Amino acid sequence: MSDATAEAAPPEATIQPVDAETPFQRFVSEFLDSKVATAAFLFLLAIIALAIFAPWITPQNPYDLAQVDVLDGRLAPGSEAFAGYTMWLGSDGAGRDLYSAILYGLRISLSVGVTSGLIALVIGMAVGLLAAYTGGRTENVIMRIVDLQLSFPAALVALMLIAILGKGVDKIILALVVAQWAYYARTVRASALVERHKEYVEAAACLGISHARIVFRHIMPNCLAPLIVVGTVQTASAISLEATLSFLGVGMPQTSPSLGVLIANGFEYMLSGRYWISVFPGVALLVTVVSINLVGDHLRDVLNPRLNTGGGK
Amino acid sequence: MSAPLLEIRNVSKRFVRRLDLAGKIASRLGAGVSEETVHAVDNVSFSIAKGEVVGLVGESGCGKSTLGRVVAGIHKPTEGQVFFEGQDVAALTGARKREATLAIQMIFQDPFASLNPRMRVEDIIGEAPVYHGLTTRAGAASYVDEIMTKVGLDPSLKKRYPHQFSGGQRQRIGIARALAVKPKFLVCDEAIAALDVSIQAQVINLFMDLREEFDLTYLFISHDLSVVEHIADRVVIMYLGRVVESAGTENVFERPVHPYTSALLAEAPRLDQRKRAFVPIKGEIPSPLEPPHGCHFHPRCPHAVPECSADPPALETVRTDHVAACHLRGRFV
Amino acid sequence: MSKTLEVSGLKTHFFMRAGVAKAVDGVDFSIGPGEVMGLVGESGSGKSITGFSIIGLIDPPGRIVEGSIRFKGAEIANAPEETLRTLRGNRIAMIFQDPMMTLNPVLRVDTQMIEALQAHKKIGRHDAWTKARDTLGLVGIPAPDERMRAYPHQLSGGMRQRVAIATAFLNEPDLIIADEPTTALDVTIQGQIIHEAQELCRRSGASLIWITHDLAVVAGIADHISVMYAGRIVEQGDIDDVIDRPAHPYTVGLLGSVPTANNRGQKLYQIRGMAPNILALPTGCAFKERCPRRSPDCETSPEATTRGEKIYRCHHPHLEAVEA
Repeated sequence: MSDATAEAAPPEATIQPVDAETPFQRFVSEFLDSKVATAAFLFLLAIIALAIFAPWITPQNPYDLAQVDVLDGRLAPGSEAFAGYTMWLGSDGAGRDLYSAILYGLRISLSVGVTSGLIALVIGMAVGLLAAYTGGRTENVIMRIVDLQLSFPAALVALMLIAILGKGVDKIILALVVAQWAYYARTVRASALVERHKEYVEAAACLGISHARIVFRHIMPNCLAPLIVVGTVQTASAISLEATLSFLGVGMPQTSPSLGVLIANGFEYMLSGRYWISVFPGVALLVTVVSINLVGDHLRDVLNPRLNTGGGK
Repeated sequence: MSAPLLEIRNVSKRFVRRLDLAGKIASRLGAGVSEETVHAVDNVSFSIAKGEVVGLVGESGCGKSTLGRVVAGIHKPTEGQVFFEGQDVAALTGARKREATLAIQMIFQDPFASLNPRMRVEDIIGEAPVYHGLTTRAGAASYVDEIMTKVGLDPSLKKRYPHQFSGGQRQRIGIARALAVKPKFLVCDEAIAALDVSIQAQVINLFMDLREEFDLTYLFISHDLSVVEHIADRVVIMYLGRVVESAGTENVFERPVHPYTSALLAEAPRLDQRKRAFVPIKGEIPSPLEPPHGCHFHPRCPHAVPECSADPPALETVRTDHVAACHLRGRFV
Repeated sequence: MSKTLEVSGLKTHFFMRAGVAKAVDGVDFSIGPGEVMGLVGESGSGKSITGFSIIGLIDPPGRIVEGSIRFKGAEIANAPEETLRTLRGNRIAMIFQDPMMTLNPVLRVDTQMIEALQAHKKIGRHDAWTKARDTLGLVGIPAPDERMRAYPHQLSGGMRQRVAIATAFLNEPDLIIADEPTTALDVTIQGQIIHEAQELCRRSGASLIWITHDLAVVAGIADHISVMYAGRIVEQGDIDDVIDRPAHPYTVGLLGSVPTANNRGQKLYQIRGMAPNILALPTGCAFKERCPRRSPDCETSPEATTRGEKIYRCHHPHLEAVEA
């Protein structure tokens, strides 16, 4: 007998499930067990709040030309603007307050990331469910397309698409959706395959319930947990990917500058010692992506292994 | 006896694992990969009269669960037909098909996997009757209450989710879900195997009560001989996809003909057999991928003669209402 | 006769967010060399946790809070990990319901068995191999030389369980704890394994604790039986004595609800209700809610009463049969 494997034995195996908690309550209390993830989650909420309320809490609308003074250009962090307020993070080449520009940039980055993530999720989920439920040839064709898609780097796919479609917010979102849907499809198919062979699905078939209803009422709700995990992580990577494209100059236009655009704009000043124009938007991007990923990683720990066993197994 | 409620005629079910592209290439290159065919059910026929309880007994791989799923309409038979109330189920369409589908319901083994964890009990039970118009959306609440009471569940718990119930209660929810569409025939697939001993007795009693109250007919699939002996009127014994013996319960338990039946009876643990020192039957259950030639049981059979490895024995009548598939026809007893 | 194992007043509790689960709450029993004890109970009764406590495999949030476990006279409850490690797999072995708990899926059978031998004994590779092969033969594995080279996934469920049993017997342990070892197996395979386990114990003089929910299996293998309910042993004694003349209403109910004890086609005797939540046990007797003999006395916890060979915890035992 190997001691290592024997010790993995779960002694709680025969303890009855506790009936008092709903799955959601258990999920919340297990999530809050990790201090790092809770902190990251609070941080993320703060970032989202800052982005949403940017117009009300920033001293300046950086894209309203009436509020921007070219004479304020390239001021170091902490300088006073011509209009009288302090630019804690300095200003960029055009005289925009960086603090304001970053919050406005966050708005754009987050909304592009979340929108493309949601669209990809819906498409990927539909395709994945279709593949898992129909099986056979349809499944084979769909999954080979998914494999093909996943064998290209996401950035490459997005770059190629933009080269074909041209620039524009809608084009970027489309590119991000195309680069991402396959991840969702693969995740949903994997969990739907498991669910499809469970007895409750057989029972539904016995009860004469239509295929569509079985897929959407029975199978789909049970595939959501892994999808939420992939969704968070993919949203973070969508934000990074959009920033990458913008930095390369093929992403968001100057009229709706995301964090990536801000970083690119500041890049020319890096060598002249005006680090802040690029670095502060970079830090904002980093912090956002890292906190989303921390939340996502912990969600994976909490949601994946046991959510629907009632905690007893 | 009147016309049977359910009859299955020469039903076979084969599962083929087809090769994908990689497999095809590998097999061309001589990697020894080939299509695998499992004869889960091999030419099985029997009929069940109205009001009867038929026990279907066998060990793992004998095809009893697959056969149950063919009867319940979850799997389509590869060959053969299922007749319900005299009509070929596969040939039905429209409203009559739906009627036959709802008339045959299934109770599953696993009280965890057989209930959708994301649905409330009232939706689990009430979904199908509302969907099929057996009750109105407004009337669903009282309809669900009534069925929950029938299976011994407190209707005030109907807003809860399955994980908030114990194994025995979940099994009752599964039974209520089936009863909600007013079935005539229940396929119980190891429906009590996952439950605690004291809860098993409760659920068996519930099945017996419901049989009387709703005039139900059962196909009771189980590996547990003592349960089948208790509840069934007739017993069908399967081994590796084939029926080896089928008879009235008393005949099977008192006068078994097939050596496999005798072995099962001898080895089922019983309370009145203490520290027994018997010599158990030899060998493993062969893989259904490569069943032995002739009689599937011959490699393990203590009485096998050369004939047994050559031809599969056919089911022959031993006495009234008692058939067995054995070349020896009980001569070894 | 000195006992192989003496457990007294064992309490193993789990400290969870929702409260303290008293999985094992005052268990006493002992087992002598060569004896087979059946530890019977339903899920949540604490029978498996008792087994895990003996072998020292209770992980937080659980721990042994009270009581003693004496193995051949030496105290091993809450013993240091090194002490337990030298005992485990050597003097005390465990067999699980799922043999893959002890078998490593990526190692061949011979590698694992030789490793198990060499972990506790100075023995040459060749001798170890021979011994492992012979032990496989003892548990009824046909063509053991061939099976030695197999990976666990190439074996059937019954074969895997046999390999796990052979591994448990390799170092000729004094005590074997088998936790539902045949529950997942078919009837004919279960028959074989019970037969072989009995033979091995008889031959080696090892004590065997057979943990199961199945009374009929215990009847077929055990000398003694302990019936657990909600963390306590409610009745124990000689197998014939307990099964033929049960004293505790729970044992009476369990035996009565076995189909063969009832007339065919009649309703089964049934214990009403369900096992209590071990996070919120009722005061007094844990069985009182389900008991047909309940009286106001049952509000106090019944003490263990000894009568002849039998021990039970009940205020209103069925003693007619015993006294007759």
